[in-house]
Amino acid sequence: MNYPFDLQTAWFLLVGILLTGYAILDGFDLGIGTVYLLAKGDTHRRILLNSIGPVWDGNEVWLITGGGALFAAFPHVYATVFSGFYLPFILLLFGLIFRAVAIEFRSKLESQRWRSAWDVSFSVASVLIALLAGVALGNMIVGVPLNKEMEYTGTFFTLLNPYSLLVGVTTVALFTMHGSIYAVLKTEGELQEQARKWVFGSIIFFALCYVLTTMATLLFFPHMAEKFRTQPILLAVPMLNVLALFNIPREIYRRNEMMAFLSSCVAVATLMALFGIGLYPNLVLSNPNPEYSLTIRNASSSNASLTIMMTIAILGMPFVLAYTSAIYWVFRGKVNTEALHY
Amino acid sequence: MDTETLARIQFGLTAAFHYIFPPISIGLGVILVLLEGMYLRTKDRTWELATKFWVKIFAIVFAVGVASGIVMEFQFGTNWSVYSRFVGDIFGSALAAEGIFAFFLESGFLAVLVFGWNRVSPKVHFLSTIMVMLGSHFSAIWILVANSWQQTPAAYKIVGEGVLRRAEITDFWGLVFNPSSMDRLVHTVVGAWATGAFFVLSVSAFYLLKKKHVDVANASLRVALPFALVASLLQPLTGHSSVAGVAKNQPAKLAAFEGHYDSSKPMDLVLFGWTNPDTQQTVGLRIPGMASWLLYQDARRPVTGLDRFPKEDRPPVTWVFQTYHLMIGTGMLMILLAALAAFRFRTGKLPDCTLLLKALIVSVALPHIANQMGWMSAELGRQPWIVYGLLRTSDGLSKVVSAPMVLTSLILFTLIYLLLFALFLFLLDRKIKEGPTLEMASKRSDRGLI
Repeated sequence: MNYPFDLQTAWFLLVGILLTGYAILDGFDLGIGTVYLLAKGDTHRRILLNSIGPVWDGNEVWLITGGGALFAAFPHVYATVFSGFYLPFILLLFGLIFRAVAIEFRSKLESQRWRSAWDVSFSVASVLIALLAGVALGNMIVGVPLNKEMEYTGTFFTLLNPYSLLVGVTTVALFTMHGSIYAVLKTEGELQEQARKWVFGSIIFFALCYVLTTMATLLFFPHMAEKFRTQPILLAVPMLNVLALFNIPREIYRRNEMMAFLSSCVAVATLMALFGIGLYPNLVLSNPNPEYSLTIRNASSSNASLTIMMTIAILGMPFVLAYTSAIYWVFRGKVNTEALHY
Repeated sequence: MDTETLARIQFGLTAAFHYIFPPISIGLGVILVLLEGMYLRTKDRTWELATKFWVKIFAIVFAVGVASGIVMEFQFGTNWSVYSRFVGDIFGSALAAEGIFAFFLESGFLAVLVFGWNRVSPKVHFLSTIMVMLGSHFSAIWILVANSWQQTPAAYKIVGEGVLRRAEITDFWGLVFNPSSMDRLVHTVVGAWATGAFFVLSVSAFYLLKKKHVDVANASLRVALPFALVASLLQPLTGHSSVAGVAKNQPAKLAAFEGHYDSSKPMDLVLFGWTNPDTQQTVGLRIPGMASWLLYQDARRPVTGLDRFPKEDRPPVTWVFQTYHLMIGTGMLMILLAALAAFRFRTGKLPDCTLLLKALIVSVALPHIANQMGWMSAELGRQPWIVYGLLRTSDGLSKVVSAPMVLTSLILFTLIYLLLFALFLFLLDRKIKEGPTLEMASKRSDRGLI
C-alpha cells in the first residue's frame, strides 16, 4: 500500500500531538505541585491533591503512548536521546513515580512531620520534572554533540548550558501558571481566592521568562525562526499563542475559569507547535557537525514499517475517538465530592 | 560489576517487578466479566457486591502496573540503545497495535468500570468490563508478539552495518505469527488466568477463615475455583506445545531446560536435580528417555545436547535448568491445590477445612513464582543472544552509558519500586480489611442516561 502523503512528516506530527497532549495534561498536574506549598493548612493541600488524584494515572498513559510512538517511528531518536540524556531521564522517571507515590502516601498517617515530608517531596519532584523536561527541550534547540554513528558524545554537564536552563525555568513558569488556573477551576472559597493570586503572580513570572527566551532564541538560534520567513502563514501560530496568553488574565478577571483554562491549554499547545515548526525536519540537532543531525529521514523506521503502523492507526483511530468521546460524555458535568481515587 | 551485568540485573529486576501486576489484571478481568455476567442474569445482590469489590481491587492493581510499566518502556532506550536501533523497525508495528488496540481501550473503559456504576446502564457497564478485559488481553498479544520475535526472528531483512545495523520488517503477518508467538502467547495468558484466579481464591479463603463476608467469598469461589482448576490443568498442555516449539527453534534452550549435554543420547525427563556445566553432568531423579518420548513419541531418539554448541553460545545452564523445574513443580502444586479445594467446595466442606483455607491464602504466591520462573527460563535460555542468532546481548548495550551510571539508576529504581510495592500492599490490605460493604450496592434512583 502507498499513502499519498509523506509518512515521516505524518509521524513527526503524530508524535508531536501525543507529546503535546502529555504537556497539557501533566502540565497542570505538575503545576499544582509547584504552587502546592503555598497552600496553607492540611485541608487546602488535600483539596489540591484530590483535584489531581484521579487523573495522574491517565496523564501518564499519554507519556507512555508518546514514548512508544517515538520508539516505533523514530527508533534512532529514541535510542540516541534516552542513552545520551541518561541521568536527566532517569531522574525524570524517578521523579514521576516518586511523585505519584507521595500523593498516595501523604494522607495515610496523621503525623504532621510525615505529611510535611511528603508535601515537600511532592512539590520538589514536580518542579524537578518540569525543569528537566524543559532542559531537554532546550537542548533540542541548542543541539547536542553527536558522532557519525548517531551516538551522543557529550556529558551530563553539556546539557546544563545557560539557554537550556532558561528554557527549563520557562517550562516551570508555564506549568505553574497552567496549574494555578486549574486550581482556580477546581476549587472554591478561600482557596480559590488564593489560587487567583497565584495565577496573576505566575503569569508575570512566565511573561518575563517568555520574553527572555524569545529574545535569546532569535539572537542565538535564528534557525528556529527560519520557517516563519519562508512561510509567513505559519506566523498564525505565534499570534494565536500570544492571543491565548493575553486572554488568560482577562478570563480570570471575569471569573470565567473554564475559558481561562482552555486558553492556557491553547498556549501550551501552540508553544509545542512553535517548537515543532522550528525543529522540523530535524529531530535532534548535532552541534557542532550539523551533518550528523538526526532528521525525520535518517532516523525513521523503514517505509514498510511506517506504512503498516499508519494503517493500524487509521483503522484503529475511529474506534478510539468514538469510545473516548462516549466516555467523556458519560463523565460530563461537575465533579462532586464522591471519592474519585483508588 | 561491568555495565552489561548491571544493565541485565536492572532489566531483570524491573521486568520481574512489573510482571507482578499485568497477570493479575488479565486473570481478574476475566473473573470480573464472569461475576458481572452472573449478576446481570440473576439480579442477585451478592454477585453485584462481589463484582464491585473486585473492581476496586482491580483499579489498584492497574494503577501500580502503569506506574511500574513506565520504566520498562524507557529503559530499552537508556540502557539498550543498540538493541533499540536494531529492533525498532520490527517492534514499531507491535507497539503501534498495542497502543491503538489495547492501551486506550483498557485505560478508557477502566474509568467507566470503576466510576461509572451510577452513570451508565447495567448493560453498558457490563460492556465496559468486557472491553477492559479484552484490552488487557490485547496488550498481552502485542507484547508477546514482540518478545517472541526476539526468540524466533521472522519476516525481516538486515540493513546497514556496525551499531546502525538493524532488522527491517518485510511482512506484518509474518511478525505476528512468528514461529513461537502463538504457543508462548497461549501459555502466558493461561498463566495469567491462573494468577488472577488464585488471587481471588486467596482473599476469599481469608474471608471464609475469618467468617466475614461469607456470601461474597462463596460467590467469588464459585467463579474462581473452576477457573483456577481449568487454567492450572491447561498449563502442562500449553507448556508442552511451547517446549515442542523450543525443540524445533531453540535447541540450546531445550538442552538447558533438561541439563542435556550429550547429543548422541535420548533426552531424559528430570523431575528435580542439579546440573554442573563444568563436568557436563546432571544428577537427580529422572525418567530415562521420557523427554524424547514426549517430544517425538520415541524414547530412544537422540536429542541435540549442549555439546553441539561452543561454550560462548550456551545459555547459563544452571539458572535455566533450576528456574524451569521450579516452574513445573509450582504448577503441579497449583493443580493439586485447586483440585482439592474444588472438591471440598462442591461437597460444601471447604469452610471447615482450616488447613486448606490457610494453604489457599498463601497460595496467592504460587502462580507468581511460576510466572517469574517461567519467564526467567525463557529469557535466560535465549542467552547469550538478545535477538536469537542475530544480536548478542553484550552488543545490544548503549555505547555511551557507563557502569556507575547504570548503578545509580539501579539504586534509584530499586528504592522507588520498594516504595511502590509498600504502597500496593498498604492499599490492598486496607481494601481487603474493608471488604465488600453495603454502600457499594446500587442506588437505583440516580441511574444514568445511557
